Amino acid sequence: MIRSMIYLSLILCLSGTIISLLFWSHFSTIDFINRELPAQKQLVRVLSLTDMALWTEARYTRHPAMADLFSPFQDHPASFEHFPAGALLTPSGPRPETTLIFRHKEQL
Amino acid sequence: MRYLKLLEYALASLLRRPGKTSAILIVYTLMIVVLASVLFLTQSLKTEATTMLVSGPELVVQKTMAGRHELVPTADAVRLAEIPGVKDVQPRVWGYYYDALTESNYTLQGTGGSTEELTLLQGRLPEGEGECAIGAGVAQSRRVNLDDDLIMIDHDNIGRIFIVTGVFESASDMLTQDLVVMPDDSLRLFFGMDKGLATDLAVSVYNPKEIETIANKVKRILPDSRPITRHELLRTYHAVFDWRGGMMLALFSSALMAFCILAWDKATGISAGEKREIGILKAVGWDTGDVLLLKFWEGIVISLLAFLGGCVAAFFLVFLWGAPLLSIVLRGWSVLFPSLQPTPFVDLYQIATLAFLTIVPYVASTVIPTWRAAVTDPDEVMRA
Repeated sequence: MIRSMIYLSLILCLSGTIISLLFWSHFSTIDFINRELPAQKQLVRVLSLTDMALWTEARYTRHPAMADLFSPFQDHPASFEHFPAGALLTPSGPRPETTLIFRHKEQL
Repeated sequence: MRYLKLLEYALASLLRRPGKTSAILIVYTLMIVVLASVLFLTQSLKTEATTMLVSGPELVVQKTMAGRHELVPTADAVRLAEIPGVKDVQPRVWGYYYDALTESNYTLQGTGGSTEELTLLQGRLPEGEGECAIGAGVAQSRRVNLDDDLIMIDHDNIGRIFIVTGVFESASDMLTQDLVVMPDDSLRLFFGMDKGLATDLAVSVYNPKEIETIANKVKRILPDSRPITRHELLRTYHAVFDWRGGMMLALFSSALMAFCILAWDKATGISAGEKREIGILKAVGWDTGDVLLLKFWEGIVISLLAFLGGCVAAFFLVFLWGAPLLSIVLRGWSVLFPSLQPTPFVDLYQIATLAFLTIVPYVASTVIPTWRAAVTDPDEVMRA
């Protein structure tokens, strides 16, 4: 029975570590929300920031929310993709929020 | 007690084949480490991005010409401000600058006239011409600090000197790593931009529920514009870091498939010794259910150990050591890339998803072939 006891102790130990790490992550998140987030939000609000400064290699990776869908092609005719940032950005598809309604002049 | 004895037997059976068991355990654990790291990191980046950017502009109006982003006349701001429900329209001036010295791209951003004291800024926001505030990445790459001079080449190819009045703290790296902030007029002068032009317009509204309606009105008033709502902005970041999208899915599915092939190969290739073992067990009185239970325990023993060990390793790797391997992959061609210190937004849902996607296929591929051997006659199995 000694082998199963050692194994079960190991599993219990690892499960305990995971549970403690989950608790730690929970408290870190609360700390982030209470202490860091207000300062980050102030920065975003004051400077009117729209994007994260993660990928500075191209316009459409630096400001993915601001770039149009075919902007990769505008950097260079042969430069279709910036790996891996370009691969991570999935096309956002049609944007139904900003629909354009056409009317004849008489209907206005 | 019965299960404890079965576990003991399963452990003894696994330890009889140490090479095979340890090889499977190592590959299995490594796969969990990779998948869990990707899952933890992307979830954290996504949550951080969406919680921070939620206080960004409610609506950004860009002008488009010939299918490209064009500078917008500031006079349009007055027209948009007349739309009922619009609180304020602020022209935003920003652009890019390629720094040949460090071979990196900077984002130059106008202050919009704000002089508010920022918690994450060491020093103050620039107020006059010839002043700027910079991100930690710019400060590091150009080796400048507070009150130092930053020289940049303007649109006329003339070097301009800016006094650094503020340096953003590294806690804001994810937002300000490549930023050079200066007053709008200084930036216009630097870019050679006409005074009556801006890069885009930031619109704030009284009632957030009316954003879509106002976006439609903007499109009607300025047909050549492209309104981007805050919802779209946040949705972009959901799409970028969604584990079901793009490269993450490719990485996830290819790793999972490779592992399934390995597990299937290992499980279907039951050795003659293992077949004989099953035969003997059945001959001494074990029924098919017991043999299956034993093999199930063998699968669970390996899976649990690999899963828990892999998850703990991924936790340490991503949240305590800043994902050193993944950040190399994520960095791509960026010269200025913030050091990743993600906030651990991990919940039970992620752990359960990962457990379901990795433990179930392995246990299934261990039990199914055993069932085929276990239902055959013991005498036939031992002679084979």
